Amino acid sequence: MSTPLPADDPSAKIAIKAESLTKIYGAGNTEVVAMRDASMTVMAGEVVALLGPSGSGKSTFLTAVGLINPPTSGKIYIANQLIMDGPKALTNLRSFRRKHLGFVFQKSNLIPFLKAGENVQIACELNGLSSRQARIRALELLDYLGIKDRSQSYPSMLSGGQQQRVAVARALANRPSVILADEPTAALDSFRGRQVMELFTKVAHEQGTSVIVVTHDHRSLDVFDTLYEMEDGKLTQKAKEPLAVAH
Amino acid sequence: MNLAIKDISYNIGRFVLTAVGIGMLLMVVMGMGGIYRGVVEDATLLIDRLDADLWVVQRSTRGPFAEISRVPAKLSDRALAVPGVRVAREFVYHTIQRQDGDRVLRMAVLGLSWPTDKGDWIPLVEGRPLGQSRFELIADQTLKLPLGKQIEIGNEVYQVVGISGGMISSAGDGIAFLSSADALAVQLDVPGEAVRLERAARESRGRLFDVGIQQPALLENATRQSGQLPAIARPSISAVLVTLEHPSDAKAVAEVIGGWTDVTVYTADEQRNLLLKGSVEKVRSQIGLFRILLTIIATIIMALILYTLTLDKLHSIALLKLIGASNSVLLGLILQQALILGASGFAIAYVVGQQIFPKFPRRVIITSEDLIQLAAIVFVISIASSGLGVWKAMVVSPNEALA
Ligand SMILES: Nc1ncnc2c1ncn2[C@@H]1O[C@H](COP(=O)(O)OP(=O)(O)OP(=O)(O)O)[C@@H](O)[C@H]1O
Ligand SMILES: [Mg+2]
Repeated sequence: MSTPLPADDPSAKIAIKAESLTKIYGAGNTEVVAMRDASMTVMAGEVVALLGPSGSGKSTFLTAVGLINPPTSGKIYIANQLIMDGPKALTNLRSFRRKHLGFVFQKSNLIPFLKAGENVQIACELNGLSSRQARIRALELLDYLGIKDRSQSYPSMLSGGQQQRVAVARALANRPSVILADEPTAALDSFRGRQVMELFTKVAHEQGTSVIVVTHDHRSLDVFDTLYEMEDGKLTQKAKEPLAVAH
Repeated sequence: MNLAIKDISYNIGRFVLTAVGIGMLLMVVMGMGGIYRGVVEDATLLIDRLDADLWVVQRSTRGPFAEISRVPAKLSDRALAVPGVRVAREFVYHTIQRQDGDRVLRMAVLGLSWPTDKGDWIPLVEGRPLGQSRFELIADQTLKLPLGKQIEIGNEVYQVVGISGGMISSAGDGIAFLSSADALAVQLDVPGEAVRLERAARESRGRLFDVGIQQPALLENATRQSGQLPAIARPSISAVLVTLEHPSDAKAVAEVIGGWTDVTVYTADEQRNLLLKGSVEKVRSQIGLFRILLTIIATIIMALILYTLTLDKLHSIALLKLIGASNSVLLGLILQQALILGASGFAIAYVVGQQIFPKFPRRVIITSEDLIQLAAIVFVISIASSGLGVWKAMVVSPNEALA
């Protein structure tokens, strides 16, 4: 485990840098500009919330920096490496994702035919751990997230919150530099939702992982280091509202 | 972790059902191959078992199996006189269908050349070869006649003294072995009234002949059995089977006998080919084509099943791509499942087939050669039919995991 690294430390490393990302879906009459000139820099260990109305381009931004939805133009740097130059990939994206990124989505997105433990284990194995090491690490991660006792359950037998925690465990399997989460708490009640958000903060502060979370849930905003807002494809940084902190 | 096995054990019910379905399909393919073999085997079985070097048949005919062949019974004596011939057997062969109680008893009657041939070569599962020149028979077990049973055919009663195993005519009927005299009697069996009418006709014809008028005693002979009449030829037989002193003489001896203008000679191989090209050829190609058709259908169905299995997992596959699984991991998942499915189907086909095929009315012969061939076909089918699923898995975008 890496040492904690607070976001405001001047020696902090840049984990991810998006420069002037623009995404245009379709062409001609059906052209949709989902994201225009969006830039964001996230430090190692920083937890970022991405807010904005529906259809404003949040998922487009997140999947672009997640290297699963190439931008039309702009540059993406991860781990000080230029990965995307416009729609052009400068490395094997799949293996880069495997090594550096972790994903958590609205629906838990676990593999239904694998038990909770195995869902985490497979991610470890894909990163080159032997199946024994992977099993051990999976149990460690589940323990860390407080659901070790459900490692033998299939996802269908877990509650939404438990599934999300397994998904977070899986996202941590490869010790990613960045975790990208798209409305991870949408299916949860506010208590469980907050638990998941606090998990991200815990991971970020304890392991130096950067986290970008798309969320509509304004009640948990106090756990984030930085807030961004997307509106009609435009990304702007927002000051943290004192009200949220006071909560 | 083996994803293929994890998925199968999670969906074990569906997998078992699918494997059973594919197994049944493969069993039919396997059975078709077995029936094909059975037809060929059965057709040539008799020729192989009789083990004659030469077949002497009626001139210009294709022998006793392909069509009716009639040669005089004396022909065997003539053939025996040819240098190089060790044994010349009479061969009488025809099919009869009679009533045995409630059931239809259909059998091929084969005459053994008593006393040269008592049926020692017939594979017996019970009883003994023929022990006397008349009124005994060896029945194949498929005829379901118990040992010791007396059966009435025509005017005579025959006793079952032996039960043979797997002696079947090219048409699939069980064979009954009688002495050739009995076989002829069965063949020429006519009702009593017909015999009386025939004798009366002979008498009246005789009365009109000069000889009959001059020697009235001759007319008394007309009432005797046909076989005992010196002036009437003995009934004819189907063929003569020649065994040579040295099988290598076949060509020379065949030339000598073939020189006689009333007969045609075939070697055992020629006789076998005549049979395969003749009476069973159509059945053979029919079954062969059907088998090919079934194999194609099995391929299509397997492709469909494997494709649906992949479609069901497409979300998981996209997710695996998202978290960075390489193509070989995904390929392994799909191909391994295809092979496991193919192998289980094959095993089910084999096991169930072993139980079911022996109960078929005709022989279904599963040779290990055919099994290996089918296994290879199943292997290729499994790989080929997963192609569609593999393609789908390769093109699916990791984005789909979010949908
Ligand atoms: N594959 C696509 N093809 C065409 N247009 C798309 C596609 N994906 C998204 N869009 C459009 O891009 C815009 C931004 O979509 P996006 O999914 O990024 O919004 P969002 O902020 O995530 O919304 P929500 O909060 O509802 O999830 C929308 O107008 C949407 O219709
Ligand atoms: Mg969205």
